[in-house]
Amino acid sequence: MASTEHGGEQSGGSMPDPMHQFEIDRIIPINFFGLDASFTNSSKWMLIALLVVAGFLILSMRGRSLVPTRAQSVAELAYEFIANMVRDNVGTEGMKYFPFVFTLFMFILACNMLGMVPYSFTVTSHIIVTFGLAAVVFIGVTVIGFIRHGVGFLKFFVPSGVPAPMLALLVPIELISYLTRPVSLSVRLFANMMAGHTMLKVFGGFVVALGFLGGWAPLAFMVAFTGLEVLVAFLQAYVFAVLTCIYLNDAMHMHH
Amino acid sequence: MPQLNPADFAPQLIWLAIIFIGLYFLLSRVALPRIGEVIEERRDRIQRDLDEAERLKTETEKAIASYEQALAEARGRAHNIAQETREKLSAEVARERTDVDKNIAEQTAAAEERIAIAKSAALLQVNEIAVETTETIVNELIGATTTGDEVAAAVSRASANT
Repeated sequence: MASTEHGGEQSGGSMPDPMHQFEIDRIIPINFFGLDASFTNSSKWMLIALLVVAGFLILSMRGRSLVPTRAQSVAELAYEFIANMVRDNVGTEGMKYFPFVFTLFMFILACNMLGMVPYSFTVTSHIIVTFGLAAVVFIGVTVIGFIRHGVGFLKFFVPSGVPAPMLALLVPIELISYLTRPVSLSVRLFANMMAGHTMLKVFGGFVVALGFLGGWAPLAFMVAFTGLEVLVAFLQAYVFAVLTCIYLNDAMHMHH
Repeated sequence: MPQLNPADFAPQLIWLAIIFIGLYFLLSRVALPRIGEVIEERRDRIQRDLDEAERLKTETEKAIASYEQALAEARGRAHNIAQETREKLSAEVARERTDVDKNIAEQTAAAEERIAIAKSAALLQVNEIAVETTETIVNELIGATTTGDEVAAAVSRASANT
């Protein structure tokens, strides 16, 4: 894979490079006080995701009708879906973080789904993006925990009803499991997206390589696999949002 | 793997922050309040309609109850009126009957009196006739003249014997 890191199209063989789709292109190079803030293809698809999500949610609610239109009921469905998720997992006092969870879910869902459009770019297939999102969740949750419980939040790492000698073992485990949360959260989403898209690309290459006679089998597989990928795109956004809710609940109520 | 190229980290993180914050404000300030408002309004409307229906239902029940009460009252009153009328009528009938009975009794008494008078008159006459007849028979048979007093005494003796 290292050899294909800077490889453009087709490095020699007839197969296209499956990792090429993850390449970052600087569309408008911007240098912000020595920091590379270029508008890249990733930025472009983030912007498209923003426009799609905000545009859909705002335009579909234009009528504000009591009996919703089709688009309006989809917007309301998304709202109720996340609102119930937050209410069930965090409780009613967690509803003040509802806009954040909703934004997180809709952004990841839009990026995942837009990634399924041919020739597009999957923003969430980059570990740095998913890690950025997970870091915001992790830092935010930790800050909320310390604000609500003060130093008492450290008790979160001390399981109750455990004999003292065991604590020497359990506290580091709790601490490590807490600190690996952003890693697992980000790697789960990134790995799912990248693996799926790489698979699609590899099998897409097979379709072309096997030609008119043999290409049907990988094509059929790709059709089925595309369906699975759409499911994964939704599921990963859902998982990300649910885990955010669960972490929020831990920080707010310290149930252990 | 293009994902691990550190040179690409900064632009992605910067644009992620910009876009995510932008989306957060767009959604939390514009989109979500609107959706929440509509859902809230619908819930209120449904609740209002349910309350209204509940109110109308209780009103209907009240109306039915008062109607039934009025009906029962009217029925009771009708029953009372019928009862009173019946009692009044039967009292009147009883009174009239006693009147009639008294009348009949009076008339019967009067009639019996009259009959008694007539009977005694008739009996007197029978005595007279018997005396005259006896006088005449005695005169004819034995040719003796008898005084009325002797004959009358004999007749009354004879009638007392019978």
